Amino acid sequence: MKRSFVETAVLTLVVAALGAPTSVRAQRPSDSARGTQASASPSARDATPIDLTGYWVSYVTENWRYRMVTPAKGEYRRIPSSAAALPIIKSWDPSADERAGNQCKSYGAGAIMSVPGRLHITWQDANTLRIDTDAGMQTRLLRFTARASSSGARPTWQGESTARWEGVAPPDRGGSLSVVTSNMRAGYLRKNGVPYSERATVSEHFDIAALPDGGQLLLVTTTVEDPVYLNAPYVVSPHFKKEPDGSKWDPTPCSSTW
Amino acid sequence: MLINLVVSRLAFTLSIVALVARAAFAQAGPAVLPSQFAFAGSWAPIGTEDVQNDSVPVDYLGLALTEEARTRALSYDESQKSMVERQCQGWGAAYMVLGPFGLRISSQSDPATNRIVSYTIDAWEDWMTMPIWMDGRPRPSEHALHTQAGFTTGRWEGGALVARTTHLKAGFIRKTGVPLSDQATIDWRFFRHGDVLTVLMMARDPVYLVEPEIISKGFRLSKNPLDYRDECVPGYEGREPGDGVPHFAPEQNPFLDEFITLYNLPREAVLGYRDTLYPEYRKKIKGTYVPPPPCTADCGVAGNFVRRRGPTP
Repeated sequence: MKRSFVETAVLTLVVAALGAPTSVRAQRPSDSARGTQASASPSARDATPIDLTGYWVSYVTENWRYRMVTPAKGEYRRIPSSAAALPIIKSWDPSADERAGNQCKSYGAGAIMSVPGRLHITWQDANTLRIDTDAGMQTRLLRFTARASSSGARPTWQGESTARWEGVAPPDRGGSLSVVTSNMRAGYLRKNGVPYSERATVSEHFDIAALPDGGQLLLVTTTVEDPVYLNAPYVVSPHFKKEPDGSKWDPTPCSSTW
Repeated sequence: MLINLVVSRLAFTLSIVALVARAAFAQAGPAVLPSQFAFAGSWAPIGTEDVQNDSVPVDYLGLALTEEARTRALSYDESQKSMVERQCQGWGAAYMVLGPFGLRISSQSDPATNRIVSYTIDAWEDWMTMPIWMDGRPRPSEHALHTQAGFTTGRWEGGALVARTTHLKAGFIRKTGVPLSDQATIDWRFFRHGDVLTVLMMARDPVYLVEPEIISKGFRLSKNPLDYRDECVPGYEGREPGDGVPHFAPEQNPFLDEFITLYNLPREAVLGYRDTLYPEYRKKIKGTYVPPPPCTADCGVAGNFVRRRGPTP
């Protein structure tokens, strides 16, 4: 079927209008004022449905025995580890990890939110949320904008995280932060050497709830999937209480032995 | 003809550019979620998180207890559950996240307005049916009947279901005898992300808890309806009517050291002291904690209950 010139032109305009970023249609003055890259689009920082920034402290009421102390070597209770993981679990040697410079193996993105400590969440830029941890002194960058392909990049403990807000429709308020992380170095789900591989993916949802006695609670529902060392998704949901300031911030380096 | 061809190509190129640009920038804007999600259905427990530890008699890890709570918990003997009159007593509302069962949830609507009046979480064999009233009805008098399930109202807020339970009968917040009083209040948040439902429980108790007990547990949407309606039927378990209520003098609880020695755990953590819930405590015990010997039995995912290493008291 042949399309006429007018039809084609109209179709072009309609598709372009519908498909263009919303920012092309409605530029926000605040963006240019901030001088951010978001001059053509509302930034993630401007679009935030919930405020995650500030200091948060772990409140360890679950998995206490697996988080606050190092569990026994060989124990992987409640983790659906695969047969391929068992030799690694049984041969865990924290001193060897330390000697090899792998003392941060239990502080990777697959486990870091369960490590007892404090989070400091800030905006690194208008489209990157930054999470610093005092336990292990790790930094996670949650990017809201697509990056150039990094398939060739070397894996890191914290991997590469793509973030997305999920906000409820007005007039209601609130929502959630969805984060997917991959390209991680192989690490441990628990201090005692229960492994995840470089092929693992971590999916997280950050939600906020009001505490009954005042204050806020941050809940991070975390799903780790690993075709190598897990038979099923490993789901945990560590939570944090908000603190008024960083006075209790206490950076401590990674340790394999504690 | 040539113009037509050029314009067509240009139109095609512009369309592609527009779509790519939209995809590139789409991350920054929030995805729009409905203010309510489908809550009714069958939700199977995921069970990869340890919310009640190993059901060892004296295990109060992860709790912030008052002295009175600790004393009462240490006096508890699980043999009480063998008494005919207590076998079907069941557990309170908190058992929704502490128990091993899934959630079968239904909704009830007003036939005239089609608005949802309540959600009902069905009973399990030792847990009562729990309605969540969504119709804005007032809370009953504080003198109204207190039950294991309590009285729960709910509302939608920020894409989550928010609920509060009061009118609880005095019971337990852990099966090992840690008490929860009839003055307790439980706040709930139900978050749904895809097929995962995260239930967040925040329990306050002015009598037995120094700080709220906060537990979150994951459930996965089940394609097959759950059927957990086994009725509790009491039977003879070795205790005769008129026998005394099994209990211990708190300081003479024979299980006091069992969990502590099994895993080399600090006593104050096992006995539910508040400071043990925060990261500072981990630093405090760094120099004294000795890891337990390597695990040799029940080390994996199925090992829900510990194998005791020594003779039971």
